[in-house]
Amino acid sequence: MKKRVLFMIAILVVAGTFWGALDNIHPFGDVPVAPMDDYYIENAQQERSVNNVVTAVVFDYRGFDTLGEAAVLFTAVCSVLALFRKGREGQ
Amino acid sequence: MNPLSVVVRTICDIFTWFIGIFGIYIIIHGHMTPGGGFQGGAVVATMMAFLLVSHGGKKTLSFAKPGLYTAMETIGLLVFIGAGLFGITTTFFFNFLAGQGGVFGATVPIGPNSGVLNSAGTISIMNMAVGLEVIGGLSLIILYMFKGIRLFDNAAESGETGHDR
Repeated sequence: MKKRVLFMIAILVVAGTFWGALDNIHPFGDVPVAPMDDYYIENAQQERSVNNVVTAVVFDYRGFDTLGEAAVLFTAVCSVLALFRKGREGQ
Repeated sequence: MNPLSVVVRTICDIFTWFIGIFGIYIIIHGHMTPGGGFQGGAVVATMMAFLLVSHGGKKTLSFAKPGLYTAMETIGLLVFIGAGLFGITTTFFFNFLAGQGGVFGATVPIGPNSGVLNSAGTISIMNMAVGLEVIGGLSLIILYMFKGIRLFDNAAESGETGHDR
């Protein structure tokens, strides 16, 4: 019984938080004011001579992030090779 | 795993070429169309899974070279870091080749247009480097996971066959 009451209280708290968040949500289709986006879209062709602005952001303006992704892939491959390499039985 | 039937193998022999060409297209057009190094590399690495499933382990492992894939992965990551490091006089990951002329430095017209292939400077080089890395890495993962299957390990000794025949 006590457990059930605690569970109900937890559900109410979570639902209330979600309701508050929904009340505060950004309206759908309304473009937020973001000077960074406008800068990328206006200057990517001129500065980096790329048509694909997404690629310009991923590989140039935020290239350090992509370096991290490549390093994550490298680490994953290294760990898979370490896990599946041929070893003697029981080693 | 045993090889699948001759129909599957014939279709696979035809379509692996298209998969490879499509993946390389995605990689080298990364600065013009959606996609790029990661996506195109994953498409090309699908080729290895395709060959393993249709032709079976014995034939595919006889010509697949894990050393080559390891070299591709390492060289890809090194070229990526190097292309970022060469612009260090301005900032790390500065695009020092864009708009300078030459093979990678053509300028694109401002506004909506269909794009120039040899533009984008280091972005193009980085796309190819990341594509190389992803091809090598994912092919290595597929190969080594296939080698780790117990079914295939014991098949040679005990005469046990795969699940498909």
